[in-house]
Amino acid sequence: METEANLPQAMIETATAAADWVIVLPMALALMGAALLLMARRTRSFHAGFALLVVAAIIACEATLFVRVMADGPVSMTMGRWLPPFGISFTADLFGTAFALTSAAVTFVVIFYMQMDHSAGDNRDGQFAMVLLLLAGVTGSFLTGDFFNMYVWFEVMLIASFGLVVLGGRGLQLDGAVKYGFLNFLATTFFLLALGLTYALLGTLNMADIIGKAEQADPAALAGIAALLVLAFGMKAAAFPVNAWLPASYHTPPAAVSALFAGLLTKVGIFALMRAMVMLFPSSRDLLEPVLAAAAIATLVIAPLGAIAETNLRRAMGFIVIGGIGVVLSGIAIPTPSGVAGSGFYIFHAILTMAALYLVAGLVEKVTGETDSRRMGGIYAANSPLSILFFVVVLAAAGVPPFLGFWPKLLLIEAGLERTDLRVAGGPADWTGLAMAGALIVNAWLTLIAGTRLWAHIFWRAGSEGAQSEYQPVAVRALSVREGWLGWGATAVLVGAIVAAGLWPDFAFQTARAAAADFIDPSRYVAAVGLATGSGAP
Amino acid sequence: MDYIIAGLIGIFVTVGVYFLLSRSVIRMLLGITVFGNAVNLLIFTGGRLTRQVAPIVPEGAETIAGAANPLPQALVLTAIVIGFAMFIFLLVLAFRTYQSLDADNTDNMRLAEPEGGCRPPLSY
Repeated sequence: METEANLPQAMIETATAAADWVIVLPMALALMGAALLLMARRTRSFHAGFALLVVAAIIACEATLFVRVMADGPVSMTMGRWLPPFGISFTADLFGTAFALTSAAVTFVVIFYMQMDHSAGDNRDGQFAMVLLLLAGVTGSFLTGDFFNMYVWFEVMLIASFGLVVLGGRGLQLDGAVKYGFLNFLATTFFLLALGLTYALLGTLNMADIIGKAEQADPAALAGIAALLVLAFGMKAAAFPVNAWLPASYHTPPAAVSALFAGLLTKVGIFALMRAMVMLFPSSRDLLEPVLAAAAIATLVIAPLGAIAETNLRRAMGFIVIGGIGVVLSGIAIPTPSGVAGSGFYIFHAILTMAALYLVAGLVEKVTGETDSRRMGGIYAANSPLSILFFVVVLAAAGVPPFLGFWPKLLLIEAGLERTDLRVAGGPADWTGLAMAGALIVNAWLTLIAGTRLWAHIFWRAGSEGAQSEYQPVAVRALSVREGWLGWGATAVLVGAIVAAGLWPDFAFQTARAAAADFIDPSRYVAAVGLATGSGAP
Repeated sequence: MDYIIAGLIGIFVTVGVYFLLSRSVIRMLLGITVFGNAVNLLIFTGGRLTRQVAPIVPEGAETIAGAANPLPQALVLTAIVIGFAMFIFLLVLAFRTYQSLDADNTDNMRLAEPEGGCRPPLSY
């Protein structure tokens, strides 16, 4: 006797709608483009143009997706005909899509910048292929709806970034790559460890399914997994006690590559932490709140102090990047709607601003031929447009009012203060929130000191450190025409976007608040994935 | 069986962490491999280690209880391949670093972070 299998309960029987393909197209385009560039790695003349085309197509796909997610809520697509907890899902929610779009836009600008010092004979085969692979990894990590799949995208991103760090093969780069490589690989191994335990405990790795099953699981075991995830993503994001690899490696590759890393990589790590803590394991997050709060406050205060003490320009920038991670962590430690919205808004800001910081630093290094800020000076007279870019980016990073960094910090400080009624003296106070608000203000203040002091040293001081003469002892050369257009021009476009987004922040505010609402209550996310009923025997 | 494997995973993690704390890059490589294999073994064990139950759903039932789960085995395959690729990259990197910097000891790799550091800038 034949029993009829009940296919509709287990399989997807209809073909995926053509419109849904925009969810996987960004990754597919980037991977195929990278493969093509690697095959044709000897004929380098068309690489940059082709990479630009691919990234433009990716931006178009993600913009379509963003409009759709903004209007209808999260969109999901599942591979291989199996229904969600079994098939691997890609689920685009508002935060993920917005960050993927921003990352692609920054990559587009950086590819222009990269061609600035494109000289024949340097050992740069496959540079643009690796940029595309990096973008594939970053986009995949933002858009995936499956925890193990996120690990795979992390590794794609990691191996591409390894290649970009060592490309060129100078001793400095190899030194940085050893520290970067070992510590980041260790972090992803911790992530894998947490994944293995998650599957053993919950019997699923689909994020929407995890949300449902985590509530019934043993809270102690779940908290152990969450603690491992905090360690793994904290290392990837360079939060305070595990941040040593970032200032050791980010200044070693060419400035354009540093900019790409600073804009994209640590943001993926901190967003993964935010997703895991706020969306997937909120009850474990409550248990770990003291740890997260302590890490946030320590990162907020200590990182800009590092930037103040540092003389190597790009190393100082690295500490400012770490400080930004502290800001995002503070929102994870106070996950109220304004806290999560502030964190998400800050990630958007940091993708743009941290990349711009390194792009400007690369131009300063190009003009002076130095990497140490003690031997720089007097560029204001020689190249004042550059000084304007640097100053604007520094103000945006510190969060001075009209610029972009101010708005997310405002949301976060509001989140820190709103749980305490300050008008009642001696009333119940939420000390975590108050300490966080204080640390955020201290962080803004210290970052401002670090940034403006660097600016004053590099642009205002007449010569290098200790020089008393009013004449310029530092040999400052002008940018060539190619460097002016591709280098300064690309940076100016990015800085212009930062200024515009800071002057008209309403849209970003609305997006962040809507996205945060979906993050805290993921019912729309779960509904979009469309889990099979009665699923999931471990 | 599971308990023996769990103990083995513990030993692997210990050995891996011990080697990773070393300053020698080659030992760090060995450490990260052993640690990675501990994680692989953990995922594998998470899907039950048994040959007693055939993975065939009995008639009338919807699921089988007690059979080994094939999914962690698939995950482990992915993880092994990725870990292997990363290991090979780091191995080549270590060799190249040894050639260029003449250093296997991370204490002697001071190009990116100069020894002693520098004084903080003085003016302003």
